[in-house]
Amino acid sequence: MIQVDNITKNYGRTRALRGVSFTINKGEIVGFLGPNGAGKTTTMKILTCYMPADTGTATVAGFDVFDNPLEVRKRIGYLAEGAPLYHDMPVVDFLKFVGQMRNIPSGRLRQRIGEVVLMTGLQKAVGKNIGELSKGYRQRVGLAQALLHEPDILILDEPTSGLDPNQIKEIRDLIREIGREKTVILSTHILPEVTATCDRAIIISDGRVVASGTPQELMNRGTGQSSVVVQVRGPKPEVESALAAISGVTAVESLESVNGAARFRVSAGQTKDLPEQVFKTVVAKNWVLTELRSEGATLEDVFAELTK
Amino acid sequence: MKNIWRIFKKEFGGYLNSPSTYIFLIIFLILGSCMLLYVSTFFRSGAARLDGFFVYIPWLFLFLVPAIAMRVWAEEKKTGTEELLMTLPVRDYEVVIGKYLGALALLILALALTFPIPWMVSHFADERTPLDWGPVACAYLGSLLLGATILAIGTWASSLTENQIIAFILGCAISFALILVGFPRVAELVPFGLGDYVAALSPYRHFVNIYRGVLDLADIVYYLSAIVFFLFLNIRSVESRKWA
Repeated sequence: MIQVDNITKNYGRTRALRGVSFTINKGEIVGFLGPNGAGKTTTMKILTCYMPADTGTATVAGFDVFDNPLEVRKRIGYLAEGAPLYHDMPVVDFLKFVGQMRNIPSGRLRQRIGEVVLMTGLQKAVGKNIGELSKGYRQRVGLAQALLHEPDILILDEPTSGLDPNQIKEIRDLIREIGREKTVILSTHILPEVTATCDRAIIISDGRVVASGTPQELMNRGTGQSSVVVQVRGPKPEVESALAAISGVTAVESLESVNGAARFRVSAGQTKDLPEQVFKTVVAKNWVLTELRSEGATLEDVFAELTK
Repeated sequence: MKNIWRIFKKEFGGYLNSPSTYIFLIIFLILGSCMLLYVSTFFRSGAARLDGFFVYIPWLFLFLVPAIAMRVWAEEKKTGTEELLMTLPVRDYEVVIGKYLGALALLILALALTFPIPWMVSHFADERTPLDWGPVACAYLGSLLLGATILAIGTWASSLTENQIIAFILGCAISFALILVGFPRVAELVPFGLGDYVAALSPYRHFVNIYRGVLDLADIVYYLSAIVFFLFLNIRSVESRKWA
């Protein structure tokens, strides 16, 4: 659906993109992840034909963004960063304007406006001027505008920025729902957002793609260390040495003890069955195991590692 | 074509919804009437003539037209809506022309609202020296063309910045310079005997021709080319986001 091939973009002396390539398939929800200034927004501006790349090619739904910008734009619904909207227009007039610009016949447009208003929960706001609405409602208007012409592809630049937790959940649910049929690209620097909504994440840092994969795959790419937290009722020094004796264990860290039970974080290299080994060791000694919890690398760790 | 019409409707509608438009119209009408009734020699001349109104039109337009034009692009840049607009399936030139025509419609509305002035002059004129409608029609046409040219300059200036005040000052300054070189005293200052050529580029020079009642095709062609020229610059400036 979207094919980006080695695009670069400079703003004066600043090198915003230094050769970005990726492919996005139909029906995927992909998260662009990266620190501020990594090149997420620039990539989106190129895909929506707001500005061209300096070198490299990008095709959207089979159309080149440089040669066929109008065909590309027809197929994309775009929510730009910060949801820029005409604040002196009432919501319904604004949606009407966008719908007309998108060549939706007037009968169909009236029906579509009703549908997107319902989808984005704008019923209470339709008659108001956009300028009077709260940030969360404006974000919804931006989303409604992008959905109006039933595009195959949605490009959302930080769709949940500035929203409260309830609104964030609503917007994420909405994106998930839309993503069942459509291809969605969203950018964010909020990591849980990716785990919550995306099938796949593309991590961009300093104008380059540094990693790509499902959130699970990315987490596995972490430090390669797995660790478990154990809580055992038993003599502390003996427990510690017994745990350290398990094959593959690299470190046993003593944690604060709770209710007289000793707690440890046991780290090992690529030992898949570490929890099992720990369990067997403890049972063999006849100690009481009160907690056993596996701690994988989090997406935060991976992100911090990759975007250093 | 359809897109130009849609953009036009949105722009003109935006003007009609904005309180500042009505302030503009009121200021224009009050200043216009004051110029005729108090500044010019209208009452002393004892004739049913409107020179006293039209001769001040360039000076009114010099400030009022860039005030209409200043928001056209600068506001879109400031609020980021330019990105929304330019990622809709439209061509850059369609937006430039649609926006220009929207502002032009407001200018036409402003001129149309001055119509009670000639009507009253005609109504109260001495029967032996009635108002001659020919020169009045000419002067309206000249005013429209002059205003349309300043508007093209102003919208171009607006596309160069996201600051409306800068857009306004830039629009005024360029228009003022172009009007000024139309005065023989100023044109004389141009070296190498180029004065006449420079003066021929002045929208003021052509305005004077038309409002005197001499309707020459050359003057109309001049205005149309000037408008096209500045709209072209405007399109290039909007496209410049793609080169930066």
